[in-house]
Amino acid sequence: MTCEDARGLLTAYVDEELDVAHSLEVEKHLETCEACARIVESQEKVRSAIQASGLSYEPPASLDARIESTIRRSAKPAGRPPMSWPWLAAAAAILLALVLLGRLPMSRVPASDTLIAQEVLDSHLRSMMPGHLTDVESSDQHTVKPWFDGKIDFAPSVVDFAADGFPLAGGRKDSISGRTVAALVYRRNKHLINVYIWPSSAPNSAPTSAALQGYNLLHWTQGGFAWWMSSDLNAEELAQLGTHLRESASK
Amino acid sequence: MVLTERERFFLVDQNKLARFEFLVMPHRKAAYNLARWLTRNDHDAEDVVQEAFMRAFRFFDGFHGGDSKAWLLTIVRNSCHTWMQQNRKLALEENIGDYESTAPSPEAVVIENVDREALRRAIEELPAEFREAIVLRELEGLSYKEIGAVTGVPVGTVMSRLARARGRLARALGERKAGGLA
Repeated sequence: MTCEDARGLLTAYVDEELDVAHSLEVEKHLETCEACARIVESQEKVRSAIQASGLSYEPPASLDARIESTIRRSAKPAGRPPMSWPWLAAAAAILLALVLLGRLPMSRVPASDTLIAQEVLDSHLRSMMPGHLTDVESSDQHTVKPWFDGKIDFAPSVVDFAADGFPLAGGRKDSISGRTVAALVYRRNKHLINVYIWPSSAPNSAPTSAALQGYNLLHWTQGGFAWWMSSDLNAEELAQLGTHLRESASK
Repeated sequence: MVLTERERFFLVDQNKLARFEFLVMPHRKAAYNLARWLTRNDHDAEDVVQEAFMRAFRFFDGFHGGDSKAWLLTIVRNSCHTWMQQNRKLALEENIGDYESTAPSPEAVVIENVDREALRRAIEELPAEFREAIVLRELEGLSYKEIGAVTGVPVGTVMSRLARARGRLARALGERKAGGLA
C-alpha cells in the first residue's frame, strides 16, 4: 500500500470502520511510514481525549416535563376540540336513554374486539399501498371464489353486488391477528371497501360498528365466520353493503 | 354507534404513545446533547429538543423500525439547522468545502494531557458540520453510516469531516498549549 492509498483510509482505520483486509494493509503500512503513523496517533489522541472528557451535556430536569406535555398535547385527537365533562355527561345520558328506548340498533365493539379492530384497520391501510390491494383482480365472483381454493383452508362466500352499487374488485389472502383470512375488495364510487372473512366458533351476532382514525368498521359473526368490513366510506353506505353480505350469506 | 373521541384516544393514540415512549423517549439525553452542542446554549437547546420531539411524535407513524436513536437524532439535527438558519448563525459559519482532499494534513499535531475546558471551547469553535460529526461519533457512538444518515451526506464525507475536525482540534489544542508555554 502506498502512502497516498493509506492517507484516505487512516481516519476509518482509527474509527475501526475498515474491513479486516484493509485494516491489516494499513497496519502494515504504518510499520514503515512515520508520517502516516503520526497522523493516526494525532487522530487517536483527539478521539480518546473527547471520549474520556465526559463532555456530554446532561439535560436539565425541566426537559422531561416539557417533552411529556408536548407529546400529550399532540397525542390528543386533532379536529374537534376536546369535549368538556358536563357535555360528556349529557351526551352519555342521551346515549343511555336511546339505548334503553331501543333506538340504537347497533351496539359498540366489545373491548375484546378492539385489538382486532385496530388490526383490521392496519390491514386496510396496508392494502391501500400501491400493489397491495388484490392478489386476484376480477369483478367476476366465479373467478375470485375459486382463486381462494388451496390458498386458505375454508371457502368464503364471494358475491358481486354490482347491481346494488357495490361492484366486486377482487380478493387477496391476508392475515389478521396471526390468522389467515380472506379479504374481498368492493368499490363504492371512488371508495374501496375491504371485507375480511375467517372461521369463528363464536355464535351469530348482530353487526357492531366503530370509527377508528377516520375509517368506519363493521363487524358481525354469522354461519361460523367472523366478518369485518373497513372503509373510508360513510357508515350508512357501509352498513348497506353489510346488509347485502349478510342476506346473501344466509341464503 | 361510533367510539367517542375519548375512547379513540385510549385505543389508538395510547398505543402509539406507548410505542413512542418505549422506542424514542430513551434517546432524549442524546437528543439534548446534540442540540446543546449545535445551538451552543442551554435555553435554545431545550426549545429545539421540545420542538424536535413534537415533530418526532407527529412523524412517528412513518417510522417503520430501524435504529430509533439515529431516527430521532436526524429530526433533532434538522430542527437545530432550522433554528440556526432562523438565527442566522449558519450564515456566519465558514464554508467548510467538502470537496477538498479527504486526506488529513501530514503535519499532524499530537496532543498530550488535554485540558477539558480547552477541549470544550475548541469543539464549540468548529464549524457546525464538523461539530455534529464529532459529537455523533465520539459522544454518541454512531457509525459512519448512521452519521451519514443523520446529517444527509455520504459516508466518505463523514470520514473526511471527522479527519479534518480532529486535525483542527489537535492544532487548536497544540497551539493553545504552545501559547501557554511561551
